[in-house]
Amino acid sequence: MDQLEKTGLTWPKSWRGVYFFVLVTFVAWVILLSVLSLSFNIE
Amino acid sequence: MNVLDYVILVSALLGITIYGMWKTMGSRRLGTYLRGAPNTSAMNIGLSVLATQASAITFLSMPGQGYQNGLGFVQNYFGLPLALIIVAVVFLPIYRRFNVYTAYEYLGSRFDAKTRLLGAILFLIQRGLAAGITIYAPAIIISSVLGWRLDVTIVLSGILAIVYTVSGGSAAVNLTQKHQFTLITIGMFAALFILIEKLSAHLGLMDALTVAGGFQKMKAVDFSFDPNRRYTLWSGLFGGLFLSLSYFGADQSQVQRYISGSSLRESRLGLMFNAICKIPMQFLILILGVLLFVFYQFERPPIFFNEVSWNSASHGTASAKLQKLDQDFDRIYRQKQEYIKTWIEAKKTGNFTGEASAQKAAQQAQSESEALRDQAKLILHETDPLTKENDSDYIFITFILKYLPHGLIGLLVAAIFSAALGSKAAELNALATTSTIDIYRHFVPVKSHEGMNEITREAKEVWVTKSFTVFWGLLAISFALFANLISDMIEAVNILGSLFYGVTLCLFLVAFFLKWVGGNAVFCAAIVAQGLIFILFFNLKISYLWYNLIGCFACALFSVVFQSFFDWRSATHE
Repeated sequence: MDQLEKTGLTWPKSWRGVYFFVLVTFVAWVILLSVLSLSFNIE
Repeated sequence: MNVLDYVILVSALLGITIYGMWKTMGSRRLGTYLRGAPNTSAMNIGLSVLATQASAITFLSMPGQGYQNGLGFVQNYFGLPLALIIVAVVFLPIYRRFNVYTAYEYLGSRFDAKTRLLGAILFLIQRGLAAGITIYAPAIIISSVLGWRLDVTIVLSGILAIVYTVSGGSAAVNLTQKHQFTLITIGMFAALFILIEKLSAHLGLMDALTVAGGFQKMKAVDFSFDPNRRYTLWSGLFGGLFLSLSYFGADQSQVQRYISGSSLRESRLGLMFNAICKIPMQFLILILGVLLFVFYQFERPPIFFNEVSWNSASHGTASAKLQKLDQDFDRIYRQKQEYIKTWIEAKKTGNFTGEASAQKAAQQAQSESEALRDQAKLILHETDPLTKENDSDYIFITFILKYLPHGLIGLLVAAIFSAALGSKAAELNALATTSTIDIYRHFVPVKSHEGMNEITREAKEVWVTKSFTVFWGLLAISFALFANLISDMIEAVNILGSLFYGVTLCLFLVAFFLKWVGGNAVFCAAIVAQGLIFILFFNLKISYLWYNLIGCFACALFSVVFQSFFDWRSATHE
């Protein structure tokens, strides 16, 4: 029931959308940091 | 620090504190005092959660972590966004539905009084000890570099936090944290911009990152499966997930921050704000440390960053040895600087052979320079056993005091103290709330106040909570005054948390997901699992993050085994 409550945001309107957005942001950060490691770190 | 710095420091700290007290004082209703104002917004909750976790230790130690070990520490936070989603979906709705003041109240409803007490006591021990470190850690560093008296710094900052936490309770903590965090953000960004600007006199940002990478400071993600490595993607994801889940889901200092929302929506959005902001925030603090490392390749760093200890030892019996080490360090520093300049020049002209050989020479010089630092630390420690060998906590504050303009120095010292006060106040507020709701009410139940009207009873419980706030505040001050040097403060807090968090989290996970497990089984399991964690901690050399996971799994497994045993025993007795 809790998940059906509206977020009140323009976007994302559902909580699932909010969680999905957070996960995508997290994955984007891990990829970005991995690219940073590969681009600059010299063993 | 000059007069301007002191004016900014004192007015910022007192201004925020007095404003917070003025806006929230006089609350006699228990709900407002323990949960905060009923109209607390999502942004306020988000900042409050962020400020509670980011103590002064974060802003002092973490740039030093970046300087010494590079970006790898950021992986510790990889489990956090996932944990916050789980808290928002599972924990938060249950806390709001049961309308609890503390997380442990729920354990009482689901299991029994003894399991509730166990959860509350585990929290009080762990957070009570950590509260001492929260106040001691910035005080020892700031007092040392500024020449202030350590005991006066600890007592004054401790009392300031006690005063406004007692005065306005949770509402004052929420309100002050918002302004404190704004001050911290301004201060940290100002320091980062000035560092980049000073660095640009020697090399551009991309070249600076190349140099940092050459010294293995840019390895943000490590895919290794080696459990002995302290920071890897896997320890961050799994260990970090359990650490964050325990911290945000079962630690009252955080639970109290987000249950204060005016609705479920506000609390959830506040948590999601943290889930998005935390990794970039930690990354920015660590990259500040990495850039400080590059900056100190062009500006002569001290051989030992705790210059007070260095200066005192330099005038003692080891003076000649230290002087010789300092001269060698200076010679190697100059050589290294030349190698780095040649390396960057070769890179720009496409001379790959020259680039590789200059980089190798610079790395060799860095190893020699580190060896000299290690020798110096050993001598300093032999001269004065109280000298902390790890000087990484002093790196950022040394930069602030030496290279930032006056005014900004005061602002940054105020930011560091604000961070200390914000997390300290949240801890005191949570310790006092748990003491009142889970311990005091256990012995003096609400029904024992029969005949007393609700407002009078609540006023009495607010008074009890205020007394507990003073008690925990004074205990933390005493602990800080008598605390000895701890090798790495941020790690000390995390290690302490990791030893208790796994078992505490298990109590909640069993409560939510293993409905057939009862209070007796989970209580015995928690005691056995906590004992096991202590045995493993003193006998194994694995990353401390794993103890969150081990503690949680061990406790869950024992709960199932004990419950099956109790079921079997009662079945055979029937």
